[in-house]
This record gives sequence, C-alpha cells and structure tokens, in this order.
Amino acid sequence: MSDVTYKTYLNEDIGPLPFCPGCGHNTIAKMLDKAMVKLQLDPKKTVIVTDIGCIGLTCRHFKMSAFHGLHGRSITYACGLKLARPDLTVIALKGDGACGIGGTHLLNVARRNIGITLIIANNLNYGMTGGQHSVTTPTGGITSTTPWGNVEGPMDLCGTAIAAGAPWVYRATMFDKDLADRLADAITQPGFAMLEVWELCSAYYTPRNELRKKELFELLEQYHFQAGLLVDKPRPEYSARYREAYEKGKNVITNKTPIVAKHSHKMGKQIGILIAGSAGQKIKSSATLFAEGAMFAGLNATQKDDYPITVQTGHSLAEIILSPDRIDYTGIDIPDYMLVVSQDGLNKSRACIAKLPESTVIYADDTLELPDTNAQVRKFGFFRMGKDVGKLSVVTAALAVLLEDTGMYPLDALADAIRRAQSPRIAAANLNALEAGAGLVRNSSKD
Amino acid sequence: MGYEFIEGNEAIARGAMKAKCDFFASYPITPASSILHYMLQFVPEAGGLAIQAEDEIASMGFCIGAAMAGRKVLTSTSGPGMSLYSENIGLAIIGETPMVIVDVQRQGPATGSATKGAESDIQFTRWSTSGGLPIIALSPATVGEAYELTYIAFNLAEKYRTPVFLLTNKEVGVTKESVDLDSIRLPRLLERKRVPSDQQVYYPHEFDTLEEVPAISDFGGDHIARYTTSTHDKTAYLTTDPDKIQEMIDHYAAKINAAVEDMTLVKADLEDGADILVISYGIISRSVAVAVKEARSQGVKISSLVLQTIWPVPEKAIQTAMRGVKKVIVPEMNMGQYLIEIERLAPRDIEVVGVNKMNTTLISPREILERGRIA
Repeated sequence: MSDVTYKTYLNEDIGPLPFCPGCGHNTIAKMLDKAMVKLQLDPKKTVIVTDIGCIGLTCRHFKMSAFHGLHGRSITYACGLKLARPDLTVIALKGDGACGIGGTHLLNVARRNIGITLIIANNLNYGMTGGQHSVTTPTGGITSTTPWGNVEGPMDLCGTAIAAGAPWVYRATMFDKDLADRLADAITQPGFAMLEVWELCSAYYTPRNELRKKELFELLEQYHFQAGLLVDKPRPEYSARYREAYEKGKNVITNKTPIVAKHSHKMGKQIGILIAGSAGQKIKSSATLFAEGAMFAGLNATQKDDYPITVQTGHSLAEIILSPDRIDYTGIDIPDYMLVVSQDGLNKSRACIAKLPESTVIYADDTLELPDTNAQVRKFGFFRMGKDVGKLSVVTAALAVLLEDTGMYPLDALADAIRRAQSPRIAAANLNALEAGAGLVRNSSKD
Repeated sequence: MGYEFIEGNEAIARGAMKAKCDFFASYPITPASSILHYMLQFVPEAGGLAIQAEDEIASMGFCIGAAMAGRKVLTSTSGPGMSLYSENIGLAIIGETPMVIVDVQRQGPATGSATKGAESDIQFTRWSTSGGLPIIALSPATVGEAYELTYIAFNLAEKYRTPVFLLTNKEVGVTKESVDLDSIRLPRLLERKRVPSDQQVYYPHEFDTLEEVPAISDFGGDHIARYTTSTHDKTAYLTTDPDKIQEMIDHYAAKINAAVEDMTLVKADLEDGADILVISYGIISRSVAVAVKEARSQGVKISSLVLQTIWPVPEKAIQTAMRGVKKVIVPEMNMGQYLIEIERLAPRDIEVVGVNKMNTTLISPREILERGRIA
C-alpha cells in the first residue's frame, strides 16, 4: 500500500470534468487533486462528501471513496463518517447554494469543531438549477430570480463560520496561485477547517453581471471580505473531547438489582389507583416505589404520569395498575382507589371525582373540599403529617395509609422497594413515613 | 432473572444496546426524548458515540454517514421530527443503508398534543419519502416487545440493508411496566453481509437476482466505497439509463417484497368458527385482548390477530385469519390508517369496521365491544 505513489486521483475512465468552460469548479477540482497528491492521501481512508449543486458533480471524478448526498446536507454526512471513524480524512465540498439550505449545519460543525474539511465553492449563484440568487449573491446582482437586481445582501460565509467558532478559516479565490497548497493546509488541520473559494460561474453570473477576475476582487473589497487565512486558533477536536469528557464526568451507574418476589399479596383481580397531587411532592417517584413494592409482593404493575411541560409547577398525576395477572389494557376507566394529596391534584381531577361510582375509595387530605361524589371518601391529615415525616415523604405516608387500610400487599414489600432504590438517608425518611402512615390507619380504626 | 419497572423508551435503548448499537444521533422531542437520554448514557459506556444533533435532518445525516462507515445506528423522534426525517429516509433507501428509526408517535398533525399518545404516523411512515418504495416497520405493544422488536429491527436493517422503523406510541414509550427483559428470547444477532477484504473490485449495489441484498464494504475499509443520492447502477455512479434505473428500483422493492414472510411477526389468537376477527397492532392490541376475553366469556366466537410487523403488510397472515369470518374490526388511535389495508384485503362479503379515536386517549375494551358491535 504505502509504496504506491499517487500522481492524480482524477479518474480518466469517467471522462473529463463536466464543468462549463471558464467555470471555477474546474480549477477547484484540479487544485483539490493537486493538494491530495501533495498529501498522498489513501483513497480508501479519504472520503470526499458532496451534495447537490454543480460542485457536487466533482466527487464522481475522483478515484477515492465518495459520498454524494442530499442538497445542503454534506456536512452532516461528513460529520457522521468522521464521528464513526475519526481516523478518516473527510473532505466536504459544497456550493454557496448548499450554504443557504444547510446553513445550520455550517454553524454547528464550526461550533462543535468536528475535524472535517469544508471547501465551499462560492460562485455567487445557483448554477445547477438555472442561475437563481443564493445567500452569497451581491446586492444588485442580476440572477434569474433577481432580474431587477438583488435587494438582499450577501452572507459573509467565513465571518459566519468564525463567529460560530471555527478554528481555521481561509478565504481564497479561484485565481490564487497557491490554492492547492492552501487546500492541503485545510485538509491537514486536526479540527474543523473551512476554505471558501470565490469563483466565476461562466454560465450565469459572469455574463449577467459582467463579473470577471477584476470585478470579483472589487466585490471582496467592497464588502470588506478579507482574503487569506482569517483564523488559525486550534482547539481540541470533537471526538477526542467527547471521550475525555465522558471518561471524566461519567456517572458510574450501579444497576439496581432486579426485583424478585419475596412477599405475598391478597389481590384477586387487577386494580387501578390514581394519585392526584402537585409538582414537588414526589408523586412520580413515590408511585414508582409503590409499584416496585407490589412487584416485591409478586404483582405486575404499570405506571403512567401526567404533568405540565413546565415540570416544577401545577398538578402531577400518576396512574398505577397492579395485577396478579398480565396487565393488558393500561388505561384506568374507573379507579378502584384514589389518593388526593394536593389542591392542584384536586383541581385537575375534580370532574373525574364527581363521576366516580361508590365502588371507588378516595383517600384525601382532610383540609381539601371534594366535589359531591358517590365514591367512598376517607379523610386523613396528610398535610399535617408533613411536619413529622417531611414534606417530601407525605405521598409515601399516604400510600402507606392505602396499604394498611386495604392490605393489598404488605408494607414490608414497599419497605424493600424503598431500600432498594434510595440512598440510606432518604430511605430512612421514607421508612419512617411508612410507619407514620400505617399508624394513622391503626389509630383511626381504634377510634 | 428478576423484574424491573421500566418504560418503553428505556426498553428500546436497552434493545438497541443488546443489538450492539454503537452510534446514536437524535434531536429532543416529546415523547421520545428519554431514548436520547438513555442512549447518551449507554452508548459511550459501550465505547460508541451518541450525540444530540442540531435538528432532525442532521440526526439522520449523522446516522447515515456513521452507518455507511460500519456503525450500527439508531435515531429516535416523534411525528414532527418524522416530517424532517423524510428526505434522508429516501437517501437511506436509495443508498441501501442499514439503520433503525424509532417514532414514538404522538397526537398530530403538527405539534398536536406533544405529551399525548396516538398512532398518527402509520401511513405517513409507509409513504414518508418520495418514491413509494416498500419499507419495514414493527410496532410493539408492551415494554418487553419494545425491547425485543428494537433488537429485531436491527437484525432486519442489517439483513436487508434498509432503514427499519419502530413505530411505537407515547402509551408504550413512557409507560412503565414490570418486565423481565432477560427472560425474552431473542434470535441470533445478525450483521450486514460484508465484502471479503481480498475481493479486488467492489460495487456497492451488486446483486445477481433482484431480491439479493448486496454485500457492503464500509467506508474506511478495504475498498474504495461510494454512495449516492442519485439514480445509479451497481457502481453507485449516477446513471440515466432507464433500464438500469428500473433494475435498481425493482431491486429495492424485490429485496423486501420477496422476504415478507421472513419479516412477518404476528400473534394470532384464532377461534374455530369465529364470526368476528379483530385486527390490531401496538398498544390497542392490549385493549383488544381484554375485549376478546370479555366477549368470549359471553359466548361470542371471536378471533384476534395482532400485527407486530405492520409494513410490509403481512397479507398472508391477515388473509388466513379472515377466512370464514363475517366481520373484521380494526381499532386504531387514528382515523383509520390501517383500516384501508384491511379493506383492500377483505373479500367483498366481509364487513370491515374501524373503531377509530384520535382524542389522545386510549381506546378502551368497552369501546371496542360497543363500537365494534361485538357484545
């Protein structure tokens, strides 16, 4: 392999380059070839990525790995290839048109600093589709879609890439004698490197605007678009940083031990439980512990949650189904039990409560005013318990009330779930709440 | 052995890791975001790379590039993201790219109800891109199936060099269930057929018969690799030759159409002499299970066919199940997207009834019984 010397990568079997006479793409393709020959790139370890636009016709003329994708998306495929195989040399080649439709990818590759090379062939308009104006067409420029002169302004592609954080940016023209060397410089940058080439579109933009070499340089001057190396501030490339950040910051997740049933239950059929509370009350996590407790007692469980997108405010509802058998339908049309532990929860479920039949048992805080309902209502001082068990354990205490009152599965099973999932400190608080909740039922039944 | 209490989205991530997924890119969207969260934890842990892209277009672009460089890739989204996936789904098809795409469906159209379930994208997925070529889509009904079918989706993607969709639903994705993933029996893990490294000439789309899936040489491997979005012949060079174009199109269709049986996953619960058949998929198949049990307890003779593979349509299984019945009921959390496939397959003397609801809530067993006029 290494004793092969590449004199050109252009594939003569494919035929000559397809570009119009005088089109800058001819120059760019040949200079790119020269640059790659200078670097003696391995054609199997190098990928030229193009998308739609005349410049996208280039890759088929190279005897190298080539990826020709959708309009404006070459940067994304190039990044995918590079992220998957950081050892590859990945060169994306796109036009100014693709910078419009794919502008966000330009910003983001520069920001991320993924180590691809981006060559932009900027001929100031869309050549492939008939000379329409692009994001780089100068103001006043005549194109097929600006017949009376472009009223938009041109985008400073290099400036945009620099603002987004590109570590290496070069603006060239097709007339530069050192273009091949500068392309080679771009390709050898370890991070993201962008080289923009200002060039002529001999089919459309040049004849319509009498733009030749002299006028091209005048335009650069007019817009204060400096040519040459604009930024050379290397910073670590994405893949290396990714690995480093991961190794440094990874959470060592100790997988929780699976649950094996070690308690019994007295549940004859599937039941549905609705918990209605507020954000900040640990509704979701308490419901999960309750379900996992049921699993310690050999039951199957499902859980669904409902809360606003703004997670720290408003209602928080949890629906739990427990069953000795497989759970099929995961909806709860009529809950068997309902816990109402906050005003938000009550507000959200008011309509539901009003329609509940007498088979449903509601456990509610005794300060809440429930709507008229046929359901059986049992009131407990849940809120007042907060003082003893802590605000964050009130729902656990309320669930202990439910367990103690119904005997649906043993309190010890819920205690096992708490110990399995929580740190000793938090578990201690919740185990305390379990006892307090159960005590509440025992005391009320004594009364 | 033992149980865990996990949501469908976690099961999808775990299924992907079981299938040795080593590249993931996705853009946050409810109710699929937790797949992104899980994969950002799992994939680098296994030595791969997971990244949040700038949008859904880039998610797909990253994944296609990585897949062609040899990675096993996953991306996940919901309806609005599927809209943005469209152009690159076409690219993955024309480039014969193995990849798995998860759509955790929610109520559409447009933003719809972001946090609520639906089956909005059944036909959208089928016709999600220009060209109308066949695609593969699986639909899990449970957390366990989310795990299993994700794993199988990877196998199908690798085997048939094509994007494979997992069409799930918020109601599976973010519902937690008690499940023992280790007890789920999985088939042998498949890898794409690769070109031997000493093979002199490599054509990216070479086949002898139309249905043959071409062997692949990854970018950066032992061959010069090519990939194109344009009509092409076996070389992956653009062609304008109508015969060659037709041959390649026939190939894309044939490799899937010839293998429908291999990718058909259904659960048939057929009763002898049943007059009624319920055909369902995904979460609603669980309402059907309850409804069928209830109907049978009342002496109704009724069969159920649950489709885990929804695309390509498992026509044989459906036609077999329809034999002898007078009525087919198709409940869906949409306005009747799969119903039209069943109507297409049903003989004229069979009544086909859709039980459709698209108000973000599940279809209950009771609704199936009543609106299907079963019992």
